[in-house]
Amino acid sequence: MSSAETMTSTDYIVHHLGNWAVGDGFWTFHVDTLAVSFILGLGFCFFFRLAARKATADTPGKLQSFVEVMVKFVDDQVKDTFHGQTKFLGPLALTIFMWVFLMNFMDLIPVDLIPRIMGLFGVEYFRAVPTTDVNLTLGMAMTVLGLIIFYNFKGKGGVGFLKDVCSHPFGMKLMPVNIALRLVEDLAKPISLSMRLFGNLYAGELIFILIAALLPWYFQWPLGAVWAIFHILVITLQAFIFMMLSIVYISMAYESH
Amino acid sequence: MDINATLFGQAITFGIFIWFTMKFVWPPIVQAMQDRERTIADGLEAAKQGQKQLEQAQVEVHAELSKARHKATEIVEMAQKRGDEVIKEAQVKAVDEGQRLLAAAQARMEQEIEAARQTLRAEVVSMAMASAEKLLQTSMDDAKHRELLDRVVGEL
Repeated sequence: MSSAETMTSTDYIVHHLGNWAVGDGFWTFHVDTLAVSFILGLGFCFFFRLAARKATADTPGKLQSFVEVMVKFVDDQVKDTFHGQTKFLGPLALTIFMWVFLMNFMDLIPVDLIPRIMGLFGVEYFRAVPTTDVNLTLGMAMTVLGLIIFYNFKGKGGVGFLKDVCSHPFGMKLMPVNIALRLVEDLAKPISLSMRLFGNLYAGELIFILIAALLPWYFQWPLGAVWAIFHILVITLQAFIFMMLSIVYISMAYESH
Repeated sequence: MDINATLFGQAITFGIFIWFTMKFVWPPIVQAMQDRERTIADGLEAAKQGQKQLEQAQVEVHAELSKARHKATEIVEMAQKRGDEVIKEAQVKAVDEGQRLLAAAQARMEQEIEAARQTLRAEVVSMAMASAEKLLQTSMDDAKHRELLDRVVGEL
């Protein structure tokens, strides 16, 4: 950290938590989040498509084997949870799991590496881990909320959905309470979904930054290693939880109470 | 934690990736897996079928083998019987032949003995005559003596 002498630890931390932002007020775009997540998603699509295009029922290659393991794993989860015919939930869950996992994985890349490289190109702020941006997690959770509403209609029909909203859990007589409860319930889903992922990854990234900012260089290495190894578990688990809860929420929406 | 329009960008990107996965990734992989499952199931079924056929074939082979062995034994027995018969016939034939040969040989021997006896007899007569002539030194009635001697020889 050659510039560490000229900046305090607080400056260092704040700098690391800044986004590369373009725009004003609400219409601000975090270019780093969008770009990194898009590139990672593209990578996911590219490799999985590569395997899918050459998919063979004969002996699969290494890439196909890996992809099949992932597909089988996700498919089993979906089939265990969702009781009905769907061509959509499997791909959805696979996309969530792989994409979130890859974005979380950016957390394991040394905290200074990507911001430094981008710094060479004149980018002042760069956050390499997209899942530490609440906008990303909330954006995904909103999409999931949209799907929950869609599957409510699909599973119960318009009338059934309305009846469900109005009469649960206290019966028709307490309709306003039911509606209010339902609103809270459905809004809590995407918020808890997004906050959980964001919180975990933000905290994880913060610990890496703290290790890098506050400890002498000879002590950063072992502690960083321990936290990174632990984090391998966390990023996988968080990706799995996000996927699993999305499936569960949509399944709940599809089936009547 | 500032919430801004990145949200929408992210939601759109998410949607695109889901669509891509659903359209281009998921179906071929699942198809390939299903196909392989079917292939494996078929293979196992075929293996089972083959096993069954093999067992049946083995049973058939066993039956066929025992039948053949049975037949072979029969043939051997028949051959032995026939061989015995042939040998017996040959023995009978040989015995007959031997007896016939023996009889012929005896007949010839008797003939020869008889011939020898004839010759011997003649020779004895002439020898006796000669010796008697020398003994008596006299000429005797040749016809009378010969008759006498023939009678003597005939008694031999």
